[in-house]
Amino acid sequence: MDTEEIVEILSSFALFADLGRADLQAVSHTFEEESFSEGQRILRQGFSGTGFYLILQGEAAVVIDGHERSRLARGDFFGEISILLDEAPNADITALTPLTCIVLPRDQLTEWLLSKPPVALRMLQAEVRRLRAASRWRS
Amino acid sequence: MSYCLRRLGIRHALLSYDDGPGGMFRRFPIFQRLITWSKPHAPADKASDQYGWYDWNSLLAEEPEHRSLAPSFMDGVSYFPARHEMEEQLIAFAERTAIECRYGCRWEATRQDEPDGFVLDTSDGEYRCDVAIIATGMAEPWKPQGVEGIEHVPHYVDTTAPETYKDQRVFFIGKRNSGFELADGLLPWARQIILASPRPVRMSVLVHSSAAARARYIQPYEDHVLGGGNMVLDAAIERVERTGTGFQVHAQGTSRPGDLQFEVDSVVAATGFTVPLGDLRKLGVKTFFQDRLPSQTPYWESATVPGIYFAGAITQGSIGLKKYGHPSGSSAVHGFRYNALVLARHLAETRFGIQLDRPHVKPAEAIDHLLAHATRSPDLWNQQSYLARVLDHLDDGSFADAGSMPLAHFVDTYDQDGVAITIETDAAGDIHPAVYLRRGADVSEHLLAPGHLHAYETREHRSQLSSLLQGWV
Repeated sequence: MDTEEIVEILSSFALFADLGRADLQAVSHTFEEESFSEGQRILRQGFSGTGFYLILQGEAAVVIDGHERSRLARGDFFGEISILLDEAPNADITALTPLTCIVLPRDQLTEWLLSKPPVALRMLQAEVRRLRAASRWRS
Repeated sequence: MSYCLRRLGIRHALLSYDDGPGGMFRRFPIFQRLITWSKPHAPADKASDQYGWYDWNSLLAEEPEHRSLAPSFMDGVSYFPARHEMEEQLIAFAERTAIECRYGCRWEATRQDEPDGFVLDTSDGEYRCDVAIIATGMAEPWKPQGVEGIEHVPHYVDTTAPETYKDQRVFFIGKRNSGFELADGLLPWARQIILASPRPVRMSVLVHSSAAARARYIQPYEDHVLGGGNMVLDAAIERVERTGTGFQVHAQGTSRPGDLQFEVDSVVAATGFTVPLGDLRKLGVKTFFQDRLPSQTPYWESATVPGIYFAGAITQGSIGLKKYGHPSGSSAVHGFRYNALVLARHLAETRFGIQLDRPHVKPAEAIDHLLAHATRSPDLWNQQSYLARVLDHLDDGSFADAGSMPLAHFVDTYDQDGVAITIETDAAGDIHPAVYLRRGADVSEHLLAPGHLHAYETREHRSQLSSLLQGWV
């Protein structure tokens, strides 16, 4: 994908709904594009040093202790909890289809979120929705 | 790659459009010296494997007389070889190891052969093969889409002699190594230098990665931060317009928002390179990184077209675990030369039915074996958290040395119980060994302590590793 394609895709994501074009271009340069084939693991449960990923294309499974718990698709993100809590991920993320993501190394996430408060707020809202869904599932 | 294949007895043809070895170094880098060092005097013998840790430019060889050739061609002025020195050592390696290559041969088209394999059409006729290995490098100039007028901007490869920029205001699009290399070279010539791209500069010394802007080009950045007049800016370039004798550049600040406009005499697109993939996309080879690199498996095979493999700088497209955001060293000789060794062994076993030796290691020797590799093996040091040294754990309780393999393969798809050791740099910049244990489908990661002077054959490390391997040693 070229920068313009990535910017177009990012502009459709809820996470970036408050960002203008220059900011989206900066995101597309700050993050790096990575590609994974079907079946490939992106995050590994219990492994250190993972990054923050945002899915541009494809679908992935969230797998905990060998059991699939949920699925992620275009616009979903993962890896942020491990970084923000400074813990190893508690799940594997495995590509179910060819997967294209953009990635931010862990040491840059906190600073990046602090520099983009609207994105931080959108991420918080997404986390709350996930928590609510998990609470409903448990009850 | 050809040397490694021949050592394993794999018949192959080596084709190159160049008229001799080391063609790239006749032109690049523009300002003469490489950014990879070779230390003429190092704490390891030049004939040893370990010397590769200190010599990032020589190709690998089994025969002591063919190892570590780079320093013998260097004049002692710098520990970064000049490009003609690099070219000379590559020519010498090819001659002395009797590499057989068909030079001046153009690869023109590729098609799949029945029932499997490939046919490569070349200017010298057809080549049929079971496996095609593409090693064309990141060799084609690349400019980003979406910058209006960038087609009128000369690329890095079109940079002219430094004196042609005398007393000019020069604008570089891009602030990675190629941008900083040119800026550094033009410091004594240009009136003002401006480097700009959307993302803040990543310096190797700060982010602990050789893939970031290297320290030897840091002078333009120091000039910027000390207010010396040259500028290093975070800005998205929107438009480049020709004016009477120069250019007008329009940009949007990113780290510090705002409209920016520059009147300059010259603009150079230091925007990097892409892989010349010929017609491989039509064959189904998927790419990423703005269509610049082919997607690859951990063993550098196309993720979408089995049988197409990659070698050389293209192997940076096999990302590995990229722990703490550190990319592999596969973009330069010091990294990809080890990928070639590993790939040749992999092809020998999986494609050509060659059974390779896996020397036995007694349980009592396993800990020393692993820690010795962590302390001295240049492949682990030059390909941190990317290549791993692996011991298989056998049914009789002993170990077999499986050699080096991609860490991603060991943790995700390997089918043997065993232990792998790597060298890794963590978020704090501490360098330490990491151990990965595979017992059935369970794979766990264990970080060993960093060591003063990078020495890991200590009582503390033995004790840590012994606890991890309890029941096995």
